[in-house]
Amino acid sequence: MNTLEFTLLIGLGSVLAGLVGVLTGLGGGVVIVPMLTLVFGVDIRYAIGASLVSVIATSSSAAATYIKEGYSNLRVGMFLEIATTLGALSGAFLALIISPRLIAVVFGLALLHSAYTSWQEPKEFRDNKHDPLSRRLRMDSSYPDSGGLQYYHVHNIPGGFLLMMVAGALSGLLGIGSGALKVIAMDRIMKIPFKVSTTTSNFMIGVTAAASAGIYLNRGYIDPGLAMPVMLGVLIGASTGSHFLMKSKTKSLRTLFGTVILVLAVEMIFNGIKGNFR
Amino acid sequence: MNDMEKWIGGTLRGGVAVAGLLVLAGGAMYLTVHGAAGPAYGAFKGEPERLKDIGGIVHAARALHPRGIIQLGLLCLIATPIMRVILSIVIYARQKDKLYMIITGIVLCLLLYSLVIVR
Repeated sequence: MNTLEFTLLIGLGSVLAGLVGVLTGLGGGVVIVPMLTLVFGVDIRYAIGASLVSVIATSSSAAATYIKEGYSNLRVGMFLEIATTLGALSGAFLALIISPRLIAVVFGLALLHSAYTSWQEPKEFRDNKHDPLSRRLRMDSSYPDSGGLQYYHVHNIPGGFLLMMVAGALSGLLGIGSGALKVIAMDRIMKIPFKVSTTTSNFMIGVTAAASAGIYLNRGYIDPGLAMPVMLGVLIGASTGSHFLMKSKTKSLRTLFGTVILVLAVEMIFNGIKGNFR
Repeated sequence: MNDMEKWIGGTLRGGVAVAGLLVLAGGAMYLTVHGAAGPAYGAFKGEPERLKDIGGIVHAARALHPRGIIQLGLLCLIATPIMRVILSIVIYARQKDKLYMIITGIVLCLLLYSLVIVR
């Protein structure tokens, strides 16, 4: 296989990953690294660098669309970005010192969690009491709904902050957006409406990934020849997918994609333990 | 939609578009020159010095090295969320919102630390 064929195949795979990632709401980033390492035999460090770059691209273009609709809570996002960037920096530094085998195993575990979320129904966790800290940070807000503006309160900011640090660390260590964990921090712990949580999470993913991408770039983990088809492919797939988002039923697709992720999780853990990542 | 949302949306869209075009142009040049060679990503070697920091990347791109142009596009992409954060500080300053200027400032420092200071 020469570089041209290699690039086209990876580009095609990335289009598919971006498309399914958007349609299922699970993000395409989680399957890029397993695809590059398990299918194309790419070293996991180059794979993480390329994946991270594609995560910034999709998050930024999706956030530009969401912000128009008025769902995202910019204050919540900005405040929690302190936590995710701190986490991302530590995750990226950790990636420089721990063995690729261990990274592969942790990646597998993150995939298992992602598969688990794909089989769960989104639920609303609401609480109408006031929270003094969220009032001081002026985070309570509203979002447009079919019945007009829906007002909501934000709760348990320290708890959300801590989980966001973990989400950031995983993002920096594995080159993924870790959107699933960010949404959990906001909707379950901070009791923010699901729609606001998902769009605000998308908003934060770009900043989080940029924090670790700087370190990866400076350490030579981002290869232009490899990142090129991944970034362009995921971007094309994701923007195509976002046009179909509201029209198609995605439940069966979610289940199917969840199964694929489960298989990849087992593969990553198995290969990591066996020592196929060096 | 208020001004803040309009500006931020535009910055994100513009940044991704510029990055995408640079990567596409550099990628086409790269494949024209190196397309027939074999890919070598099986073992990690790390990138050469000129593709690792801002100065080197800009230099390589100005010399029209295909990989340098792609890397400049990726640099623009990494800079896009950072530009968004800078813009937010400006907007909070205009709204005289001190608390969120500080919060956004902390985020900016962390981002710049990673991109510019870490070696």
